[in-house]
Amino acid sequence: MADPMRIRANMAGDKVEVRVLMSHDMETGQRKDASGAVVPAHFIQNVTVTHAGKTVLSAQWGTSISKNPFMHFRFKGGKPGEKVTISWVDNKGERRTDEVVIGGG
Amino acid sequence: MPFYRLLAPVLAAMLPCVSLAQQDTQKEIERYRQLLQESNPAELYEARGEELWKTRRGPKSASLESCDLGLGPGVVKGAYVQLPRYFADTDRVQDAESRLVTCMVTLQGFTPEEAKRNPFSGTGVPMVTTDPFSGVGRRSVMTDIVAWVASESRGMKIAPQMSHPKEREAYQAGERLFFYRAGPHDFACVSCHSGEAKRIRLQTLPDLVHSAKDAQRAFGTWPGYRVSEGELRSMQWRLWECFRQQRFPELEFASDASIALTMFLAKRAEGGSFDAPSLKR
Amino acid sequence: MQLKIVLAFALGGLSLVGCAIRPSDSEVEGATARMLQTSFKPRGQATVDRLNQDEVQAVCSLYKGEPPEAAREKIEKAQQTTIRYPSSGSLLGDWRQGERIAQSGVGKQFTDDPGRPAGGGCYNCHQLAPRELSFGTIGPSLYQFGKLRGSSEAIQKYAYGKIYNSEAFSACSNMPRFGHNGVLTEEQITHLVALLLDPDSPVNK
Repeated sequence: MADPMRIRANMAGDKVEVRVLMSHDMETGQRKDASGAVVPAHFIQNVTVTHAGKTVLSAQWGTSISKNPFMHFRFKGGKPGEKVTISWVDNKGERRTDEVVIGGG
Repeated sequence: MPFYRLLAPVLAAMLPCVSLAQQDTQKEIERYRQLLQESNPAELYEARGEELWKTRRGPKSASLESCDLGLGPGVVKGAYVQLPRYFADTDRVQDAESRLVTCMVTLQGFTPEEAKRNPFSGTGVPMVTTDPFSGVGRRSVMTDIVAWVASESRGMKIAPQMSHPKEREAYQAGERLFFYRAGPHDFACVSCHSGEAKRIRLQTLPDLVHSAKDAQRAFGTWPGYRVSEGELRSMQWRLWECFRQQRFPELEFASDASIALTMFLAKRAEGGSFDAPSLKR
Repeated sequence: MQLKIVLAFALGGLSLVGCAIRPSDSEVEGATARMLQTSFKPRGQATVDRLNQDEVQAVCSLYKGEPPEAAREKIEKAQQTTIRYPSSGSLLGDWRQGERIAQSGVGKQFTDDPGRPAGGGCYNCHQLAPRELSFGTIGPSLYQFGKLRGSSEAIQKYAYGKIYNSEAFSACSNMPRFGHNGVLTEEQITHLVALLLDPDSPVNK
């Protein structure tokens, strides 16, 4: 099971501001290890952020996203005390879901 | 030649193409650093480290929760900034990483070799072809724990202990090692770390001889997450890497020379703010 | 030893105030030597005999890089005698190869292939060709080195000698003794001389 995401969500005016740090090697599949063998590609392909049952952000990632990706975005409609859920799935089918409670402004 | 990840870490911000005009070089380097400040992947290591501190491991199936880092068994808050210091139980001066080795041996029952194995983390292509510290998907327990231990001193003042004769001896030996020129390149630490506003290629160098401010900023930012390597790097790693580039033989992890040098550098940085684990290029 | 114990007791009362016995110079020497012996291990081409200092390294360490006049002169004079000029007599090589050697920072590290030619790593410390923005400032800029000095035989000899053994010109210089220490070959140094002095070299444009 992958390491938990580190998520912060706070109000910024009437929007919810979210910062999320994900733990993932994001291997491109282009690199070679010490013995010369190719390090297999291992990267997050899909990210979904939901709030109150609705998807507020959906992302399709590729190999240009670097290791331990950090994402920072805002969405409308959330209030302090409500939950934001973030999920990712990678090319090996591994997944991770974490949630955070929206803080004050 | 180290392998640099040239991929943009910030998704949401659209990074404009930065042109490195000669006079703006320093400004652009600072701007790049600013953009990276938003969040530090070191947090991921700190979280794992805190968990590992509390986890029962080794032949004795014990946690590190009664490890004495200088402020008493189990006291982690503020311990890092008072290291290196003399420890009566081992009758030697020790830094954070060597002290963790001691605790892994005495509390958890690991052998010293087991405790010192794989001290540096690495994934994918290691910088070094036969490097025992990095490898595909290899995590380092030591790196995770030292990241957390360091984070528990964040914001505090750097204050190595200097009352015991062995502490003074370590400092003075460290000073001699700092100026010790050897090897086919005739390098010593001082070769690069002396003089105002010097840099190797585009990497600015702290003047550890004349500038207390440089020394404080340097010592106060290790451990640090190296974006270009995608890894968290500790003080022991920094010394190991310096000596490799100085064309010296390999510095042993948690060795007396590494502790003495750390003592010398910590003393030069005394009074500075400890802002680690930090974020580095 | 006895005297030290007596002193230790006498000063024991002061230890509460944080006053401790200073280690003597010889104790620190001994500790440093022991550390060098036990804290480094051989790896790849970096053997532990690299820690043995020659006269220059020892003197420069002792004076922390700033030797007094007499020591300075002695080093420079002795190091001058070590310079070996190419048997062919020609000191000007190919500036294109020189640029590659100047750009390359590999060589002599335990992670480097000993079979591969070392580079000079010149850009680590110096500015050279103007289009290369990634240059260091540990050493002076060498931009327009030849343009400012010409490329007479004397200047060629000076440039070659400086790269071969910088200590012959500036005792306790931070610059490696590339020729004397066997980092670069004589031929490689002639290419660097060309990089510095050839009017066609980008350094002089």
